[in-house]
Amino acid sequence: MTTYVPVAETEARQEPGAPHYLNVTHGFRSWALTLDHKRIGLMYLIGTVASFLIGGLLALLIRVHLWKPEGAIFDPELYNQVFTLHGVFMVFFFIIPAIPAALGNFVLPMMLGAKDVALPRLNLASFYLWLCGLVLATIAIIFGGVDTGWTFYTPYSIQTPTAVIWMGLGIFMVGFSSIFTGLNFVVTTHKLRAPGLTWFRMPLFIWAVYSTSLLQILATPVLGITLLLLVFERVYGIGIFDPKMGGDPVLFQHFFWFYSHPAVYIMILPAMGVISEVISVHCRKPVFGYRMVAFSSLAIAVISFLVWGHHMFTSGQSEWAMMAFSFLTFFVGIPSAIKEFNWVATVWQGSVALTTPMLYALVFLIIFAIGGLTGIFLATLSVNIHLHMTYYVVAHFHYVMMGSTAIAFFAGVHHWWPKMFGVMYSEAWAKLSCLLIFVGFNLTFLPQFIMGSQGQIRRYATYLERWTPYHQASTVGAVILGVGFAIMVAYLLHSLLGVRKARRNEWGGVTLEWDSPSPPPLENFERPPVVTREVYDYSVLNPKS
Amino acid sequence: MHTPQEAGGHGAGHDAHHHGVVVPAPPGFVPHVVAHHFDTAEAEFSADKLAMWLFLATEVLLFGGLFAAYFYYHGVYPETFKVGGHQLNWRLGALNTLILLFSSYTMAMGVRAAQLSQKALMQKMLGITVLCGLGFLVVKYFEYAAKVSHGLVPARWFSDHDHVMAGVENGHLFFNFYWTMTAIHGLHVLIGMLLILWVMKGGAKGRFYGGYYLPVDLVGLYWHLVDLIWIFLFPLLYLVP
Repeated sequence: MTTYVPVAETEARQEPGAPHYLNVTHGFRSWALTLDHKRIGLMYLIGTVASFLIGGLLALLIRVHLWKPEGAIFDPELYNQVFTLHGVFMVFFFIIPAIPAALGNFVLPMMLGAKDVALPRLNLASFYLWLCGLVLATIAIIFGGVDTGWTFYTPYSIQTPTAVIWMGLGIFMVGFSSIFTGLNFVVTTHKLRAPGLTWFRMPLFIWAVYSTSLLQILATPVLGITLLLLVFERVYGIGIFDPKMGGDPVLFQHFFWFYSHPAVYIMILPAMGVISEVISVHCRKPVFGYRMVAFSSLAIAVISFLVWGHHMFTSGQSEWAMMAFSFLTFFVGIPSAIKEFNWVATVWQGSVALTTPMLYALVFLIIFAIGGLTGIFLATLSVNIHLHMTYYVVAHFHYVMMGSTAIAFFAGVHHWWPKMFGVMYSEAWAKLSCLLIFVGFNLTFLPQFIMGSQGQIRRYATYLERWTPYHQASTVGAVILGVGFAIMVAYLLHSLLGVRKARRNEWGGVTLEWDSPSPPPLENFERPPVVTREVYDYSVLNPKS
Repeated sequence: MHTPQEAGGHGAGHDAHHHGVVVPAPPGFVPHVVAHHFDTAEAEFSADKLAMWLFLATEVLLFGGLFAAYFYYHGVYPETFKVGGHQLNWRLGALNTLILLFSSYTMAMGVRAAQLSQKALMQKMLGITVLCGLGFLVVKYFEYAAKVSHGLVPARWFSDHDHVMAGVENGHLFFNFYWTMTAIHGLHVLIGMLLILWVMKGGAKGRFYGGYYLPVDLVGLYWHLVDLIWIFLFPLLYLVP
């Protein structure tokens, strides 16, 4: 392992005390009406992390409840509400916006060498739409909660007395917030790249967020109309999804998954982009097979539109459709595997710095391998019939979403924290917290694979005696996970006191955001950047090697 | 489509970078200042235009969901859709189609007038477009009123007291589609009219001219899409085979 020495010349350019985006203006209005992508990204960061903590507390409550076979806390109706809210908060208010809208907003324009996103006002509007969605979701909770699961399947979602209308409208708004973010990023990537920044010099994070944005633009409107129809269904009984009125509830499932399957790639694709950046920087190596990794993002985006039927293998589809969906689902494994193998090849013989972001990236590599492979098992028709609606699906989903996307989100947060705030956190505490999260996560969800394969059905408030040890192990894991996150919140907040200032280029990255002071000035760069080198060309930092 | 004329370069040097490039305007117009993060007026124009096209794609997909559901149920209950379609007044539907087609023409002429810095003509053309939108909604009102009088109203209140749909299965489904699709479309017409009025407000102040007519162009694109969606709705609902 060699130690990287930042180039003295880059360090010298930083003027201490120069105004940056955090202190250039003051007061509530300067934040509430800001058009600066960095401030909007920061507001998204606070909002999404708050949603994550709410969703996480609900998850802890679920796990504590399942300590005993007969259930420890809730009656079954309340249990249904708690897991629904957990799902809704985590999926719609945390994972979907977390990486694109929080990290992407901050990093994407800087990586492109732009002063801002192409449409700053739309960017702010998208944040407020997200906030309105959150308010409507809160109203839904006050007016009786929602107990349909985050999938809102009809006909139950038409019949339940809970506040489906409010929640549906809330998610409709969050959906449009997501569309506007994606639209903004596509336009920014096309129109605001710095001179010399060709498509194949773009960092892989941009490729990933770009692919995500296409999905957001093309898939989310279908969720919008689906939720709107569900609201109409409840308000005036439109009958389209209601079998009593000649409608077809399976059509709802088709519509819902036409969005929500691409949506899981909206969640994982930007995470893959973060991992590409983190691994490259902390291994001091260009990403192996850059073009293949870039194209695999686009391939995932395209194929993800064609696999929605694999959620409905037991809902009643023609056998031919099932075979096609099964095949296409296997197929989407190929671009995902390209990424996984190329990251491993990038680490190989790199000068690996075991920093906190890198540890999270390694955790991602391990967990994503398990999460991805178990998805292949689920795509197999005969196996799926056995595993459908079991904890096996829950474990698979959490390995990919929590263990991969959320872990990558935290890799990104730790990677760009010094850039965002100009301060460094305590690496010792950060590594301890990462270890707890890794152990806690696996202890929580590995037993769920086993239970699921033995037939433990998901979403039940009670369970049979024989699964008690697995459920209790899972609960212990969730508590460890919770402790890990509590430590993370503590040391990150503590770092903001500014005990340790961050360097301009804390890790030795060569993408454009590291060519700016930490924290960056209002318009991002001291002088307009011009790109003259290939992407991930680390020779610029250490010319002697 | 035309791109705006060259924005007068970066004459002001570094200063222009921070405060935005100014696009020179003919006498009587307010010069446009390019947003600070764009280097040229062309960059701003092409970025905003791309954004509008992407937004229109989301609109197409939103209606696409409705159309997909329509085709599915049309396949399941062909008789219902046939009998239901005969209850609609195709003459009024055709009249509305003509009104919207004409309004698309006046909208395009309005954009053309903006490109040529002909303020009065632009205002006139946009005004006619808004009136066409209003005419469309008035015709729609009479159609809706006729349906209400027959009890052919959305699901929960569907009574069909004249028994026009008595012979077919799930007669309410056709009218649920009719009301939902035309109401969402009508809402888009209304939003389009408000947007055009907003553009006319800027136009009265002389904000749009050959060098900068972006809002006129973008609202025009939106209006054409609203028109185009009706071009699909009309045959599907009124002229069902």
